[in-house]
Amino acid sequence: MEPNIAVAVDDLTVAYNYKPVLWDIDLSIPEGVLMAIVGPNGAGKSTLIKAILGIIDPIAGSVAIYGKPYKKQRDKVAYVPQKGSVDWDFPTTALDVVMMGTYGALGWIKRPGASQKKQALEALEKVGMLAFKNRQISQLSGGQQQRVFLARALVQNAAIYFMDEPFQGVDATTEIAIINILKELRKAGKTVIVVHHDLQTVPEYFDWVTFLNVKHIATGPVKDIFNDDNLTKTYGINYKVAVQQ
Amino acid sequence: MNAMVEIQLIAAVTAAACAIPGVFLVLRKMALISDAISHSILPGIVIGFFITHDLASPWLIIFAAFSGIITVILVEMIQKTGLVKEDTAIGLVFPALFSIGVILIAKNANDVHLDVDAVLLGDLAFAPFDRLLIDGADYGPKGLWMISVILVITLLLLFAFYKELKISTFDIGLSSALGFSPVIMHYGLMSVASVTTVAAFDAVGAILVVALMIAPAATAYLLTTDLRKMLVLSVIIGVGSAIGGYWLARWLDASISGSITTVLGLLFLMIYLFAPSKGLIAVLLRQNRQRKEVSLLTFLLHLNNHDSIEERRVTHLQEHINWRKVRANSVLKLAKKNNMVTIENQVVSLTQKGLTFTEKALDYIITNEDEQIEDMKDDFFLFRG
Repeated sequence: MEPNIAVAVDDLTVAYNYKPVLWDIDLSIPEGVLMAIVGPNGAGKSTLIKAILGIIDPIAGSVAIYGKPYKKQRDKVAYVPQKGSVDWDFPTTALDVVMMGTYGALGWIKRPGASQKKQALEALEKVGMLAFKNRQISQLSGGQQQRVFLARALVQNAAIYFMDEPFQGVDATTEIAIINILKELRKAGKTVIVVHHDLQTVPEYFDWVTFLNVKHIATGPVKDIFNDDNLTKTYGINYKVAVQQ
Repeated sequence: MNAMVEIQLIAAVTAAACAIPGVFLVLRKMALISDAISHSILPGIVIGFFITHDLASPWLIIFAAFSGIITVILVEMIQKTGLVKEDTAIGLVFPALFSIGVILIAKNANDVHLDVDAVLLGDLAFAPFDRLLIDGADYGPKGLWMISVILVITLLLLFAFYKELKISTFDIGLSSALGFSPVIMHYGLMSVASVTTVAAFDAVGAILVVALMIAPAATAYLLTTDLRKMLVLSVIIGVGSAIGGYWLARWLDASISGSITTVLGLLFLMIYLFAPSKGLIAVLLRQNRQRKEVSLLTFLLHLNNHDSIEERRVTHLQEHINWRKVRANSVLKLAKKNNMVTIENQVVSLTQKGLTFTEKALDYIITNEDEQIEDMKDDFFLFRG
């Protein structure tokens, strides 16, 4: 039986000031994969996620989450933006940031209560940050901030997780803690899509991969398509040869 | 109610109404846009006045708020061209709109009570003269009613949309992904800021309304790391300064709005200097202690690495570890105070406590694992973030 398609992207084109950053992307991501999106700087990796989540409007194309537009499927999707996209001096605590993950299910006006707090505390515990729940977020290290972001995505209790460079600026311990949680999510049948920079760790961390450089180059299981040919097509150089020099 | 109480009430309610949107403007790094709005609502007020011939008409507020929103839209349009940055766009838009207002007043409104001075500086002392009369009964100053209604609306909106305001201010990407349109929140906040500015305008004028919006929030930001407390503190600081400023003005026989702003400025200065953790003095003290603690750690590591008595003599330590900023003696004192070293015959030795501390710190330096030093954070600044 064919697996369910979690995310289907159809002819997606996104432009900033009439300059295309993503060009005619067709992509379908099956349910239950842990997938890296790789590509050079400016390849449109973050833009692809933002366009899928309706944060930026494409100039053409469409996106379907389990066959329906994103707007009807918000509750099925969790999102971890780049850590640098928010102001960590904002007057709030780790617990409060994690609670924000429950806002989507609450909808407009309704306030988070005891049950939302409980979910948030559980998520903090899962990422090993319970001891820091009342700490102001600027007082956390980079790795701890990333864990808080991950906890916030966990409370969304979604079917699909989008993460924009969750390993950026974190130490090795945090990186391992995060990838283990992502692997757990996949085991629980969730689909996890991660913008990733470190090509070395792709085979170890992920089972699927998408190569992207403005255009879509390839998507598939790591063991089938993570090869010189696709790396060269994506990065414009023979990656392995370049590394050896 | 006599005029004295009424003036204080108007000033206090105005300050409270300004402080609330001010908090979000400061957190969104949009303090300058409040300056722009406060100036560019002038043409809206003037046109509204020409149509209604009543300075206290609600239509004035609607026209003015509308020109406030136009300001925001124009700034964003110019910025989006990518040719100039946001601050430049603001600097282009509001003088243009303000000057239209000034010309309109000069050409047409010479004979009415609407002059540039009043617009810039406000007329709080005269506010009690404009009464709300219904069937001949006196219900107090119109200005007080207007700003009170706006404060109540602002509070209702704040309570209803607190969560949405918070998330769209902190994380615009997630806010949008969860379906809380940041665009709606942005223009909602801008509308509230515009409306409040117009109503506050009468009392404190175009220049000083900016102080009422920004100064309380900026001061509160130094005092707390909790958004709710920041909102409450801003309101308290605003209201306190408004009343304090009134009495200062009486004492100096000076402009009320000028005195309120002076109090706000002085209060900010005091908090900037003396705030418990973010204040300048606290920061300097902390840096000094941190410097001392780094020296202490260097010193302990040195002791840990070198067993020979020669290497542990007090005189040698002073020469060998070349401390410029911290005196060797103060480091020795700190180490002794914490029972980390003992000194016998001018030779320094690590105590058990000193040894444990040093090894823990070494472990942390090598592994960078935060868990190891959780208990040390309480005693040493060095290990806090």
